[in-house]
Amino acid sequence: MKKYFDAKYKELPLAGLIEEAGNAEKYETGTWGTFRPVFHPELCIQCLFCWVYCPDSAILVENGEVVGIDYYHCKGCEICSMECPTKPEKAITMEKK
Amino acid sequence: MPERMALTGNEAVAHAMRQINPDTMAAYPITPQTAMMQKFADFAADGLIDTDIVLVESEHSAMSATVGAAAAGARSMTATAACGLALMWEILYIASSYRLPIVMPVVNRALSGPINIQGDHSDTMGTRDAGWIHLFSENAQEAYENTLQAIRIAEHPDVLTPAMVTLDGFIISHGVETVTIYDDAKAKKFVGEYNPRYTLLDANHPMTLGALDFSDFYFEHKVSQLDGMMASPQVVLDVGKEFKETFGGEECYEFFEAYKMDDAEYAVVVLGSTAGAARMVVDDLRGRGVKAGMIKIRMFRPFPYQEIAKLISPLKGCTILDRSIAYGGDGGPVHIEIRSALYGYNSVPMLTNYIYGLGGKPIEPEHIMSAMNELQEAVKTGTPKRRIGFLNLKEDYVPAV
Repeated sequence: MKKYFDAKYKELPLAGLIEEAGNAEKYETGTWGTFRPVFHPELCIQCLFCWVYCPDSAILVENGEVVGIDYYHCKGCEICSMECPTKPEKAITMEKK
Repeated sequence: MPERMALTGNEAVAHAMRQINPDTMAAYPITPQTAMMQKFADFAADGLIDTDIVLVESEHSAMSATVGAAAAGARSMTATAACGLALMWEILYIASSYRLPIVMPVVNRALSGPINIQGDHSDTMGTRDAGWIHLFSENAQEAYENTLQAIRIAEHPDVLTPAMVTLDGFIISHGVETVTIYDDAKAKKFVGEYNPRYTLLDANHPMTLGALDFSDFYFEHKVSQLDGMMASPQVVLDVGKEFKETFGGEECYEFFEAYKMDDAEYAVVVLGSTAGAARMVVDDLRGRGVKAGMIKIRMFRPFPYQEIAKLISPLKGCTILDRSIAYGGDGGPVHIEIRSALYGYNSVPMLTNYIYGLGGKPIEPEHIMSAMNELQEAVKTGTPKRRIGFLNLKEDYVPAV
């Protein structure tokens, strides 16, 4: 996506067209937030609530288990941390970038 | 064979649309455009065209449906007037920013209020910054020919910009004239096949149109839209030349008509149907030994700054007639453009501006003559009697001497 961001106006597709289907994945939204979630695997009970609630599919899951956060797409909305049910410490906490 | 017919301007444009045979036509009736769409619907009912006519519940929907069809890759047209154009406002900008080459005849009519259905240019002048090409017509013949040419101009790959073809409400739209309707096969060949730049219906190449565009690229996209607009003047000339060669017409095929301007010292600038009366006044003045001329602007958007300024700069005086008011601006829209175009020229003439004909108020040769007389007086004294005048306004009417 670096190339797209550096494009001069004459190089852009006509009329703001997005000519490539499904390219939202290449758009970095990870820079938007002020806070970012930090995953603590030792506290995680693998309930997958964070994966269900994340509006940007930014919870990384492998073999049915949460393994981390996709910081390229995470907008820092904090929903994962809010929904995390572990007590007294949450398995996902927010920290300032 | 070309056919001479007695037609109203509305019917003449309907014939142009019949020859274009667009894929879709979404429209809503509004005086004085209604008769145009009625005639077009007749053609469809008679089986002369296979256009998909979409009946909608408002002009906002008419333009929305036209945009939708055009984005799907269809050659799409609509037509409107006055308040209908105003209701389309939001979608006019979407059509131009999506680079959809929609052609829309607009029958110029006053905007409410007070409510009025007669002709003036307030409606399209309000849309002059909406990113559409504006071609003005002096009579039914020009409205017909401009509509055929507008398709070619708008659809040119360098342009891809929607175009309005205007005709003065009632004066042109409802007045019956003899109009030459060119040979159907020849007209169809001139208009040609439409090859859309993109279509949203291509399932093998899915794409997104109208995505959110923030500060990172919105500005860039708007400037690229300007490139399309500014590519159009050359295309207007090329298409006009080809039209004249193909059909042998005698109308204006350039940015403007320069009538008796070669040695002119005084000129009057007009748009649309008023050119006829202005031409009479010029002839009358020439008969009295005054070197007068007329400029009839055909292409108002993009405005031919350099060409107009070059023509006007060496004059002694020039009066600009506006059939609309730019409220709070410097007179009327045409005046503003021309005054601005002349900046930087060493020689500039005395300029006067007259608003006239709002809501169908008649404009007669004597009114234009009074403006030309005041102009000559202003050149003599070095000061215009008034910066902005009003022709045929009660209380302020100065009879021609």
